[in-house]
Amino acid sequence: MSLSLTAADRAAIVVSLELAAVTTLILLVLGTPLAWWLARTRSRWRTPVEALTALPLVLPPTVLGFYLLVILGPRGPVGGFWEGIGGDRIVFSFPGLVIGSVLYSLPFVVQPLQNAFTSVGRRPLEVAATLRASPLDRFFSVAVPLARPGFLTATGLAFAHTLGEFGVVLMVGGNIPGRTQVVSIAIYDHVEALEYGAAHTLAAAMLVFSFLVLLAMYALNRSFEAPRL
Amino acid sequence: MSPPVRARLRLARPGFVLDVDLEIPGLGVTGLFGPSGAGKTTILRAMAGVERVDEARLKVAEETWDDTPAGLHLPPHRRRVGYVFQEPSLFPHLDARRNIAYGHRRTPDAERRISVEEAVEWLGVGPLLDRRPDALSGGERQRIAIARALVTSPRLLLLDEPISALDRESRAAIVPYLERLPGHLSIPIVYVSHSLRDIARLADHLVWLVDGRVRASGECGEIVARIGRAGGIPEDPVAVLEATVSRHEETDHLTVLDGPWGPILVRRLDREPGSRLRLQILASDVSLGARREEDTSILNQFPMRVESVGEPGPGEVLVELREPAGDGPPLLARVSARSARELALERGAPIVARVKAVAVLE
Repeated sequence: MSLSLTAADRAAIVVSLELAAVTTLILLVLGTPLAWWLARTRSRWRTPVEALTALPLVLPPTVLGFYLLVILGPRGPVGGFWEGIGGDRIVFSFPGLVIGSVLYSLPFVVQPLQNAFTSVGRRPLEVAATLRASPLDRFFSVAVPLARPGFLTATGLAFAHTLGEFGVVLMVGGNIPGRTQVVSIAIYDHVEALEYGAAHTLAAAMLVFSFLVLLAMYALNRSFEAPRL
Repeated sequence: MSPPVRARLRLARPGFVLDVDLEIPGLGVTGLFGPSGAGKTTILRAMAGVERVDEARLKVAEETWDDTPAGLHLPPHRRRVGYVFQEPSLFPHLDARRNIAYGHRRTPDAERRISVEEAVEWLGVGPLLDRRPDALSGGERQRIAIARALVTSPRLLLLDEPISALDRESRAAIVPYLERLPGHLSIPIVYVSHSLRDIARLADHLVWLVDGRVRASGECGEIVARIGRAGGIPEDPVAVLEATVSRHEETDHLTVLDGPWGPILVRRLDREPGSRLRLQILASDVSLGARREEDTSILNQFPMRVESVGEPGPGEVLVELREPAGDGPPLLARVSARSARELALERGAPIVARVKAVAVLE
């Protein structure tokens, strides 16, 4: 078993880490308002939106990947429009991977955040309102700090889950070494080529790394545990 | 002194209707008393703006906070209101100092009337400032919460049963702070409680709510007596009165108070002559006699006349007494139906009230 990594393997690790970082960042920005809305709204749209958000949990990644390919491809409605106004091709590119990953990991961010916001409750926000905090002010000064465990879980899960995806990335990203080839696909390629040693190195690294991410997340959450209102 | 607060609030929900028109004096403590579900908390929440009602008109210190017909609803963070919730709702992620600073930081300089130092001193929370909420007792947390509300320099202070969630010891520790509070403030304070004894300690003016409507409102002693006469509350009816310390009789270890019906003797109080006190007399501590008794252990006897005779329970009657001249607060006596018959108690009859115990509240 060889512990040395080929240039392509190293590139795959870089792509994986970049993809996970960018995806997590985008998901926190998009998922936070969505989770806040889901936690507070009494709208009849809440339930359908909740179900839609949870879809990636149950769909085979290939279904999501397939439809993304159809929509984002050069002849798809979005991809066609984008390329028509001079944009670069989305599918088989890093931005395409990001779009696919954001959708695929959405529930892993929205659900912990929604639970955290729900458990904050209305009372601390009402208190803040009577202490002259505007809605945006109370969101950042009260809701976000009190929902900190939720943010930690969401960040950890989004990052680890994006690292671990395979199907969507394969469908939308192709498998272009150095550009869209991620670790999970590189492992698959090694196995296909019967390079078990190389597969082993990457697989073990992935296993240990993912474990460490989750370990850090749970340990931090434990240390933040504080009595609630 | 601020002008009175006018609050007209209406709300209809399945099983609950609120329809009140309140005038709250611009100074002192107005109690909102009523059983659970009478609408007390809804009124406070509507006044604070954290709950919308169907129709609200609210004017505080010349400022309109709500006028539903005109489409006006000031959001809570634009109202200069202090709200202390029933359960001490400190922000768990901030220590006591930062909890207090939270509202102060958000109050513009020009609107600041109460400094953090003052509020900290009034509530006696100086030694607690570096603690996290989870290291404070319930009573301490509530004192921090009151200080936190005060430093926003509110024009109206709303206290929603601030001591009802506390154990007996914490209550006893916080009540003196609450009693001194009105002396520091020149704004109206609304105090909600379902405990007549709590409210009688603090309120100058009392609003009695039943099923979302005002049953009676007026001077505290009068309304407390009226609530007692109506019965139906778990507590013993009580009379509330004000008195002034007159002098001390050191040999007998007694203090003489100037009360509304003449001198009142109580156990030696550590108060200067001239200081004002609030007293409570339970109806069950008052017995009645045809004339003044000389050979008795009872210190306080007042010549009164019968104002009304009601029925609080089987075999018992509740007698409302007034001094013969007719002014002054009412005194309530709970006596057996037989005694009432034998004493021929009827409206206008002269009678001597013998008071077994007087509770000094402040």
